[in-house]
Amino acid sequence: MVIDLDRCTGCGACVIACAVENNVPPAHEGTTPRTGLTWMRVVRVDDGRSFPDTRSVFVPLMCQQCDHHTPCVSVCPQNAVEYDEETGIVTQVPVRCLGCRYCMTACPYHARYFNWWDPEWPAGMEQTLNPDVSTRMRGVAEKCNFCHGRLQAARAKAAAGSRPLAPDDYQPACVEACPTEAIVFGDLNDPRSTVSAAASSPDTFRLLEHLGTGPKVRYRSRSAAVRESLTRNSVSSEKEQVHG
Amino acid sequence: MDSSLIPRGLQRTSFPRFLAWVLPWVALLGVGLFAVYLCLAYGLNQTNMDNRFAFGAWIYLDLTVIALGAGAFFTGFLLYILRRKELAAVINSAVVIGFICYSGAVAVLMVDVGQPLRAWFTFWHPNVHSMLTEVTFCITCYLTVLAIEYVPLILKNRKLRKNASMLLFEFQLHKLMVVFAGIGTFLSFFHQGSLGGLYGVLVGRPFAFRPAFGIWPSTFFLFILSAAAAGPSFILLTSWLVSKIARKPLVAPDVYRTLGRISGSILLVYVLLKAVDTLVWINRTAPGLGFQASSFYRYGDFGSWILFAEIVLLGLLPALMLLSSRVAQHTGWLVTAAAMACSGIVLNRFVMTIQTLALPTLPFDAFLSYVPSWQEVATFLAVIAYGVLVYSFSFRYLNLFPQERELRSA
Repeated sequence: MVIDLDRCTGCGACVIACAVENNVPPAHEGTTPRTGLTWMRVVRVDDGRSFPDTRSVFVPLMCQQCDHHTPCVSVCPQNAVEYDEETGIVTQVPVRCLGCRYCMTACPYHARYFNWWDPEWPAGMEQTLNPDVSTRMRGVAEKCNFCHGRLQAARAKAAAGSRPLAPDDYQPACVEACPTEAIVFGDLNDPRSTVSAAASSPDTFRLLEHLGTGPKVRYRSRSAAVRESLTRNSVSSEKEQVHG
Repeated sequence: MDSSLIPRGLQRTSFPRFLAWVLPWVALLGVGLFAVYLCLAYGLNQTNMDNRFAFGAWIYLDLTVIALGAGAFFTGFLLYILRRKELAAVINSAVVIGFICYSGAVAVLMVDVGQPLRAWFTFWHPNVHSMLTEVTFCITCYLTVLAIEYVPLILKNRKLRKNASMLLFEFQLHKLMVVFAGIGTFLSFFHQGSLGGLYGVLVGRPFAFRPAFGIWPSTFFLFILSAAAAGPSFILLTSWLVSKIARKPLVAPDVYRTLGRISGSILLVYVLLKAVDTLVWINRTAPGLGFQASSFYRYGDFGSWILFAEIVLLGLLPALMLLSSRVAQHTGWLVTAAAMACSGIVLNRFVMTIQTLALPTLPFDAFLSYVPSWQEVATFLAVIAYGVLVYSFSFRYLNLFPQERELRSA
């Protein structure tokens, strides 16, 4: 996945689409930005200058789908986090999760979320649940899995047509919902794919690349200042603002 | 009934006074159990932990009590394997303290996890690469060993001894104690180390992470050494405290000195290795990960004073005090040094758990603060109340200090 930060307006459509697609329940009363189930969130990062000189960039942040040295996979004591060798997607198995939160402690991107409350939908709203995605229970961790339900549906459809899975068969909900087409998704290993071309652009970078987790989500910006502010090791912002 | 349970030749306070001592702790335990009920019934939203501060006061408590409870395995190792006979004076107390620490830690863990009924999943679907799997296996096994070591103490009770089969069972168990001491040492060695490795493997937390082989000397072995150093100090401290509360000598002064010497020697080795590890971390590990070590000490109250306090003030200083023959002549100073040594290890576990999580990782992250909720604090205090109660009953009805009788008649 490649996210073009120059195109992102911070509208939050991806956040909503993600929540609807993946049966993320409405926030419980008392939820804070630090206790919510935000598989995808948009973080506004300012350059530190005051208005009107300030410049901001919106960073859509979700599980970065780390590569073989995925921090969360190796720490889970009961194999509730899996790495799919075929797709490279890191998936959570909520029905096996003990809720120890070691994976959340291990994730440097803070992209794992815990069900602090019982999931509840207002009367009637449960009719809107996506039948392809199971709901989770209180006390387990969950996270973005690049819309695993969609992948499974696409696989089933391709299998029914006796053909291999084509790149256009499956796109995560956030990619579809983005009005500015800031998110490109596909097979990074296919040199002919759009995402592969976008990923090889010199203005592409990864978050916390120096940690060696090999995230498969890339960001791009033509602004050197944005690239510099999102790749430096030192931490400077006083306050995080969560949008969406 | 009460007096017939008290071991022969030992003097204990009157039953009403004992009740007056016990009742406040029962009340505290009651409040804590109510907090536990809230967490189990309504979920972990009753705590102030969150997605970013996913480990909190409870994990810190677990790490701390397990380090302090190491006195059980280490005293057992010294007594049964290395034949340091003088430690027979405190082994019973050490076993009870170990049992309290480990059972308290496991009980809190059962509240801390989101789905406690799935605890057995770790045994069913174990991830052999996870340090937490190793910790879970060893702690549950070692708690069983501690329970087995505790049983002979209970069976030695005056009333139970009247039953011949109980006496025989106790005798047979006692003969096997060397085996259990060995198993306990083996298990403790691994889980104490793995508790350190728990943080050492966190590639996403550069403050705690130690790459590749570095996990072993920097976290695994340092945790084992620090627990082995804190254990005897904690036994010294608790023995002295119980003796003060009970207003009678329980162990001979030379036992305190032996415990102090053992604790001081290991603490000195630990502090030296910790200092080397810190220097390597500052000059090689942190820069290798792209960080200046000093950048980790810029936030909140977590300045570099923590390093000084951990290594010098509550590390080197108590180690030298515990080894000093002049300090050893004064039980008060010896106890102070032991308290400082324990505090140093408590601070180390705090740094590993809380500072590691409070520090930002992403360039746009903020430093995080976390204050536990009353439910977390009450649960924390309930473990202390549980410990005091188990120990109080054990002290009253079991012979925890074999020297007590002779010291009384002396």
